[in-house]
Amino acid sequence: MTLPPANRHSGPDKEIHSKSKAVPMQPIISISGVSKIYASGFNALKAVNLEIRRGEIFALLGPNGAGKTTLISIVCGIVNRSGGTVTVDGHDISTDYRAARSLIGLVPQELTVEAFETVRATLNFSRGLFGKPPNPELVDKILKDLSLWDKRDAKVTTLSGGMKRRVMIGKALAHEPQILFLDEPTAGVDVELRQDMWAMVRRLRESGVTIILTTHYIEEAEEMADRVGVINHGEIVLVEDKTELMRKLGRKVMRLELRQKLDAIPAALSKYALELAKDGGSLTYTYDNQSERPGVASLLRDLEAAGVQFRDLDTENSSLEEIFVNLVRHS
Amino acid sequence: MNRHAIWAIYRVEMARTMRTLLQSVVSPVISTSLYFVVFGAAIGSRISEIGGVSYGAFIVPGLIMLSLLTQSISNASFGIYFPKFVGTIFELLSAPVSYLEIVIAYVGAAATKSVAIGLIILATASLFVPLHIEHPIWMLCFLVLTAVTFSLFGFIIGIWAQSFEQLQLVPLLIVTPLTFLGGSFYSIDMLPGIWRTITLFNPVVYLISGFRWSFFGTADVSLGVSLGMTLAFLFACIAVVGWIFKTGYRLRT
Ligand SMILES: Nc1ncnc2c1ncn2[C@@H]1O[C@H](COP(=O)(O)OP(=O)(O)OP(=O)(O)O)[C@@H](O)[C@H]1O
Ligand SMILES: [Mg+2]
Repeated sequence: MTLPPANRHSGPDKEIHSKSKAVPMQPIISISGVSKIYASGFNALKAVNLEIRRGEIFALLGPNGAGKTTLISIVCGIVNRSGGTVTVDGHDISTDYRAARSLIGLVPQELTVEAFETVRATLNFSRGLFGKPPNPELVDKILKDLSLWDKRDAKVTTLSGGMKRRVMIGKALAHEPQILFLDEPTAGVDVELRQDMWAMVRRLRESGVTIILTTHYIEEAEEMADRVGVINHGEIVLVEDKTELMRKLGRKVMRLELRQKLDAIPAALSKYALELAKDGGSLTYTYDNQSERPGVASLLRDLEAAGVQFRDLDTENSSLEEIFVNLVRHS
Repeated sequence: MNRHAIWAIYRVEMARTMRTLLQSVVSPVISTSLYFVVFGAAIGSRISEIGGVSYGAFIVPGLIMLSLLTQSISNASFGIYFPKFVGTIFELLSAPVSYLEIVIAYVGAAATKSVAIGLIILATASLFVPLHIEHPIWMLCFLVLTAVTFSLFGFIIGIWAQSFEQLQLVPLLIVTPLTFLGGSFYSIDMLPGIWRTITLFNPVVYLISGFRWSFFGTADVSLGVSLGMTLAFLFACIAVVGWIFKTGYRLRT
């Protein structure tokens, strides 16, 4: 069995292709003005606008109760929205739900599996449910990729939590989705499974699958995502390219308290973008994570060579975490 | 039509039946045999024929209906309630399936099982009393129609129920009494006037009466009325299911 056609044609090269023709690429998911008021009266989403690009890994970050699961559930058809529209690859999720939903695979936050079925049977079931004819080879391959092969005929009840999560991922992949939602995929997952999962996510992305994941762990977004969206109190606070975000906000600052005050920065250190404090008592070196600028180690060596001595040194690391915490606090 | 989805759900539901085969098949056989021992042999020996039919034979259609109703309701209600309860329903809701397909699959599976049980009971009964079925085609029609109708009814209960208690509530408080009072074990002609009138408000009377007619060619109420009432209940259930899906009642928050 082959992958769905769009899988083969989308991905990075398509982006280049469409750019050359100056056709703006249609987002694969387009969420506009989506709001949600639960029956309890709680306003979980407030006119959310968000576009997911084809083939990207998008990380949705937000604290507990921010509305991440609600937003995903609306796109997947599990929760009714109170307002707004959502299209998936151009298909409206209400009027054209069949086309929209068959493109999506969802790994929900909660571990819920058909307890009495075998692992293989649950994958076959998911595939059928999404309208795909049986494909034992593909299902076998997914089972192997997820290290579930040994457990293929085991009842799901007998599996450990991590194994169940693999089963849930397998179910979501069984119908060859073009879009994969991972709602907090690493909650309760050990290091090995996390690494397996990220390797799988990268493979999927290479095959053209768009991936949207939610997480509380900033390092995960930092490690995996192409773009990052931050949601808080049901509002999207920020959407930015991860590298851009890191470049703009993700600076590192090193401050050196000098033993002797300097009048000027020694010429030998001119290749570093150093700032001398007004009183001449401290030096500040600002560098960002991505840059190829001379590293801290060589700066320290050159400082010694230039005879500049310092009493103390401290660094501030404005990571995505810090950015995130600031954003959430101020929103 | 997403026939792969219908087939997938149907298969899982039937697999559940197979896992509990003993309970699914053996228990109706045992309870039917018990009914025959108690009603057919012990009590029936003191009751002469009803409308020219021996009492043992007379209760067969009622017994089958009794099981058909309870089985249809419990299978269908459990089938949809359980995924709601454990949370696996999310997959169904996120799948490209229409409401019609969901209903066909769940109700189809529940009805298949209860028709099979009905036939098993019929076979068991034929070991106790000589049976002659006057209108076998009609008999099957009533069997299937009732199984589908009450599976739909069970499906509605399964969606409505928010606890296992509620799941048991309707069958226990409404369906079982109605079935027992619906003429399973007697002809409603045997009741005194006022009770007979009250009984006519019981929809199960029409099911049993029509079903009994297919066996013996005689009935408490006319075939047309029986059929009409059964179909009316079927369409009422279809209407409720339609409304449930339109509003997402207790399925989508
Ligand atoms: N069925 C519901 N009825 C009422 N309120 C709800 C319902 N589901 C969620 N909420 C509320 O909506 C808000 C958003 O919930 P949601 O599950 O989307 O958050 P989240 O960002 O996924 O959080 P977490 O990181 O904890 O998973 C929360 O305040 C939650 O209490
Ligand atoms: Mg969540």
